[in-house]
Amino acid sequence: MTSTNPTLDLAGGASAPPAGPRPARRSSARAAQTRRKWYEIIGLSTPAVIVYVMFVLVPMGFAFYYSLFRWRGVGPPTDYVGFDNYVLAFQDPIFIDALRNNAIIVFGSLLIQGPIALGVALLLNRNFRGRALFRLLAFVPYVLAEVTVGIMWKLLLSDAGTVNAMLESVGLGSLVQAWLADLDVVIWTMLAVLTWKYVGFAIILLLAGLSNVPQELNEAAAIDGASWWQIQRHVTLPLLGPTIRIWMFLSMIGSLQVFDVIWVTSVPAVRSLGASATMATYMVDNGFFARLWSYGNAVAVILFAISFVAAVLFQRFLLRRDIEGAITRRAN
Amino acid sequence: MAIKRRATTFLALSMTTALLVAGCGGGGESEAPAESELYKNPVTLTWWHNASQDGPGKEYWAKVAKDFNALHPTVTIEVEGIETNQLQRTRLPAALLSNDPPDIFQAWGGGEIREQVEADYLKDITDQVKDEVANIGSAVEIWQVDGKQYGLPYRMGIEGIWYNKDLFQQAGITAPPATFDELNDAVTKLKAINVIPIAVGAGDKWPAAHWWYNFALRACSVDTLRKASLENNFDDQCFVKAGQDLKAFIDTEPFQPNFIATPGQNDPTSANGLLANGKAAMELMGDWNKGTLDTVTEDQEALNKFIGWFPVPAITGSAGDPKAALGGGDGFACAKNAPAECVEFLKYIVSPEVQKGYAETGTGLPVAKGAEDGVKDPALKSILEATTSATYVQLWLDTAFGSTVGNAMNDAIVAIFAGNGTPEQVVEAMKAAARK
Repeated sequence: MTSTNPTLDLAGGASAPPAGPRPARRSSARAAQTRRKWYEIIGLSTPAVIVYVMFVLVPMGFAFYYSLFRWRGVGPPTDYVGFDNYVLAFQDPIFIDALRNNAIIVFGSLLIQGPIALGVALLLNRNFRGRALFRLLAFVPYVLAEVTVGIMWKLLLSDAGTVNAMLESVGLGSLVQAWLADLDVVIWTMLAVLTWKYVGFAIILLLAGLSNVPQELNEAAAIDGASWWQIQRHVTLPLLGPTIRIWMFLSMIGSLQVFDVIWVTSVPAVRSLGASATMATYMVDNGFFARLWSYGNAVAVILFAISFVAAVLFQRFLLRRDIEGAITRRAN
Repeated sequence: MAIKRRATTFLALSMTTALLVAGCGGGGESEAPAESELYKNPVTLTWWHNASQDGPGKEYWAKVAKDFNALHPTVTIEVEGIETNQLQRTRLPAALLSNDPPDIFQAWGGGEIREQVEADYLKDITDQVKDEVANIGSAVEIWQVDGKQYGLPYRMGIEGIWYNKDLFQQAGITAPPATFDELNDAVTKLKAINVIPIAVGAGDKWPAAHWWYNFALRACSVDTLRKASLENNFDDQCFVKAGQDLKAFIDTEPFQPNFIATPGQNDPTSANGLLANGKAAMELMGDWNKGTLDTVTEDQEALNKFIGWFPVPAITGSAGDPKAALGGGDGFACAKNAPAECVEFLKYIVSPEVQKGYAETGTGLPVAKGAEDGVKDPALKSILEATTSATYVQLWLDTAFGSTVGNAMNDAIVAIFAGNGTPEQVVEAMKAAARK
């Protein structure tokens, strides 16, 4: 959804009338050119628009339509109940737990991954032997499939698993936990696994952003007598702003919709008690496993609404500077 | 709403017509032909079953399809094995909603088949399968709705306690417990020799919930259970009693630590793995358990030697029938518009010869009389005997009550296991789910 806004703006910008009066004799040629441009736009975008409407907008419409019924996916929906399913969701303490867990993951990811990624990216941006290897290693967890990561951590974190054994062997036996069974601990375990999995993505994004920071600025600052720390703080970091904000945006949306790592790492019982449920796992548990199809659709719509509002607010207030000029307004 | 429904019907009709015109409809779309027309025209049956993993189960169904084709060359069968959860929760409901469901597919009976019949998805096969019904016996009731037959089982068994004979001997337990008092004694003795008395895969929810089902079976009369299945009526106090008994039992700490995150089967850290590798002495499980224990054991020979089975103990002085048991099965049903050959194939699957071959695969207990010889494993043999001698077999409660009530019930039972739920909340959750 979010990615379409710039596109729409782009189209709007492209269709803006040319500024200033034109000589009359050129107007018909001009009109023909405009028309041809429109044919091109329509001709080239139609296939994509059809696919988008068929596979994004229409299913979304159906999800909303089904969410207004009491329907278990057997026969056509006939029992219209209005917004009852939405009310039920917000009355279910487990759904409230899921919302809280999503909030923990959204803010936890930003607060933990951000500083780590920034630090590692600044380090990896310096020249040293084996830099390519370290960059690769930082990125490996992100490339692994979610299910692989989930199963791996499930085994590592089990009661008699590697993590507890390692803690014991280095004399930290007091830190041994039932990482996946203790209902108060499990969401933080999930956050740790998600951090491990996705911090590499933040690092790569920031490294790409760092490579766009002109070397001249650093040199100029160095000539003016700035230390390495001062250069990072007052030159690099501000120029890295757009990249950091884009990463925050992607991380936030990903955290709101997180499903697979939690689904695989955390067992059904712990999810259904609310300890590790997220909106997405709650949706699948209820929609498919409890066969409450219309209720599951209502949860999907709520998840979409929350993500959409968060995305719009983020774009409106934080991404505005970055998008402006580059995308929304025509460059002079 | 009427207009909308008519529009949908019209759409469905026109789509079907379009398919027929395009020649994609196949022979399956026509009305059921008379008996004499059977096997006259070539037909293709699509068959969805849940033996998705490579192994004896999947191989056997492939052989059955091939054998049937050899007997009746006009019938070609396209077999697809789909993992149970995927099949039951997404693939099958979606296919049944469309105009092109598989012809013959896995049917679990109980509340689910009732919903499918109400939506007019299934073929009424009552008249064609009278002989098979007579040969299978009372197990077929699970695939009946209002006295009519809509599917037939090929596997059926009751659950009980799988146990380690060696550990029982070491702990000085001379005979398998017949009452819960004796079971509690056994738990104490097993703790004394430092083994986990009972493994439970509460992480997967249903293995934990089955303990509550058994307490309900002991606390509730057969009539109350029947009424609960048919009307979703859970007013009887026995359902609260089941939770209280369960809570008292959990308080004796018979299970492994952190059981709330232990998976049920399929990996060495699961409850299955604990029993299969001699770390736990007992596990409550269905008749399929031998096959799943085999996949997680480190020492197959030792497992074969020590594994035994006994029925769930009775509770002295309770309202329920002590000879009643919980059980369940697997069956197949034919889609409403499937060709008549589908029913013939279904009859073939439950015929004694095919059933005997199925029993020999060791993946489950057969239902047809005349297939008993195929059961070789001693533990399975004792289940077969117990199944035959049970006075009443109650279908797994989550299947009997339907997925919605079943899921809410299991969640609330798991909360008791986790220590933050009450017996009353289980009944409340079931009633609330029935209204959803």
